[in-house]
Amino acid sequence: MEMTFAEKILANYANEKETIPGQIVTVQPAHLLTHDNTAAIIQKVDEELNKYGVYSKNLSIIVLDHVIPAASEKTAINHKKIREFVAKHDIKHFYDVGEGVCHQVVVEKGLALPGKLLLGSDSHTCSYGAVGSFSSGIDRTEAASLMLTGQTWLKVPQSIKVHIKGSLSKGVYAKDVILHIIGDISASGATYCSVEYHGEVEQFSVDDRFTIANMGVEMGAKNSVFFVDDITKQYLKSIGVNESAYSPVIPDLGASYMQTLDYDLNNVVPMVACPHTVDNVKPADQLEDIEIHQCLIGTCTNGRLSDLEIAASILKGKKIHKNVRLLIIPASKQIFQEAMQKGIIQVLVDSGGMVLPPGCGPCLGAHQGVLSPGERCLSTANRNFKGRMGSKDAEIYLASPATVAATALNQTITDPREVIE
Amino acid sequence: MNVWKYGDDINTDMLFPGKYTYTCSTAEEIKPHLLEDLDPTFSGKVKKGDIIFGGKNFGCGSSREQPVVGLKAVGIQAVVAKSFARIFYRSAINQGLLLIESSDAVESYQSNDEVTLDIEKGIIMINDKTFSFPTLPSEILAIQDAGGLLNYTRNKLKEQ
Ligand code: SF4
Repeated sequence: MEMTFAEKILANYANEKETIPGQIVTVQPAHLLTHDNTAAIIQKVDEELNKYGVYSKNLSIIVLDHVIPAASEKTAINHKKIREFVAKHDIKHFYDVGEGVCHQVVVEKGLALPGKLLLGSDSHTCSYGAVGSFSSGIDRTEAASLMLTGQTWLKVPQSIKVHIKGSLSKGVYAKDVILHIIGDISASGATYCSVEYHGEVEQFSVDDRFTIANMGVEMGAKNSVFFVDDITKQYLKSIGVNESAYSPVIPDLGASYMQTLDYDLNNVVPMVACPHTVDNVKPADQLEDIEIHQCLIGTCTNGRLSDLEIAASILKGKKIHKNVRLLIIPASKQIFQEAMQKGIIQVLVDSGGMVLPPGCGPCLGAHQGVLSPGERCLSTANRNFKGRMGSKDAEIYLASPATVAATALNQTITDPREVIE
Repeated sequence: MNVWKYGDDINTDMLFPGKYTYTCSTAEEIKPHLLEDLDPTFSGKVKKGDIIFGGKNFGCGSSREQPVVGLKAVGIQAVVAKSFARIFYRSAINQGLLLIESSDAVESYQSNDEVTLDIEKGIIMINDKTFSFPTLPSEILAIQDAGGLLNYTRNKLKEQ
């Protein structure tokens, strides 16, 4: 039988010849990601962990990123508990505060590989489809159970094929593409589904693919995936992973899809997701009277080197508007270092930006730039739900790094094509 | 018993604001903040046996499980919605919170209608109209029967 990516990879992991949508399979994921929530997870099964130990010290990837450095006594105690757990159980893949946002770290350290299945107690675990992995989010209880048993059940999803053609115009980026798609199919348009990207995708770098896969969950998807090609191979090589280390999974030509969607990139313009849902998307040039108080460039969606580079190219030699605060959060220490070496950080700080440590920053509203009632933030993040960045009476808009940088100059939402020379 | 009715795309930040994710994890800590930004009257008035009705994509957003833990802890009998976001759906199975997917039931419900549930038969009654919902596959029923995933896992570990 001809199978989709999800059907194939779940068959591999379930030791079955084939699987069909709706089937329930038992799988042992290659890795389990948890972050600051590890403290709450291990607390649930404290007794069992003491008695039986962890299933495998190679299974867990633990990255401290959500509230770093600790913002309160409570978060500090959580971090301490996690460090003690890591030492006691000799957890192999542990990244302490300052290393970066969990999803970036997982990909950057070569822990997400083509053909692998990863689960994580974070909804944006779906990001690793950028390098051809099947990855999906689960809750804390399930993560606790996985730490003990190494296995769980998954339902084989239906698949949606997104077929891309055409190319992006100047000033339009991967973020605009995914906002355009989510605006089109809605926040629930891909619920329970595996989303595969086909067609002219060679124009997307791994950074671009990361941005697109990362936001799969914002349309309800279980996972989203780009298939391994020369771009993936080159990226993996650049982080020290040779081709012999992985076996890509590619869907069969005749596989059947619940839906096929066609997008012509020539029609995509700079987009902004307006409050308070990600599918409330409008072209940036229709929002030019909206005043913004805080601009944020970073997060697991758009905190990579290419994102900071685009922002710097717009801000170089200019000053941001005096009524705007510009927060810059490199998605990892490595990106931070490269951005320093390339002079990008210098440009961003000269223009008036403020650099925060590599982590989630104010993305989830815990600290470092939360909003007051009545304030508006334009962010490169993936979610604009009411109350997410602090006050429930604040508003969050989402856009590409270029749109955020252009807006920081003008204070009102700005189509980046107006400022790009 | 009360019925609480909300619309489409009720997300995890509405059900339990993200700013508390790292300071509240026990049921008692979660309860006062349930639905805080969506319906400030909820946490004060909710009673054991209440039912929630929602539209499409209920529970979308974060993987945080506090909404499910909280709704279970205050005694919500079931959430009936047109559809659920997948992480929320899994989370409900893991905590033993009953979710019922039925667009027809949601569309039929008007405020003050009488609602009754018969879980074994898989039916929900609104006034005199009956709507059936599918029972769960056996792998998942085993988790629910054990009283949630952690109990299920504990039983399995003991057997080994
Ligand atoms: S950056 Fe934001 S979306 Fe990404 S993992 Fe952190 S909190 Fe979640």
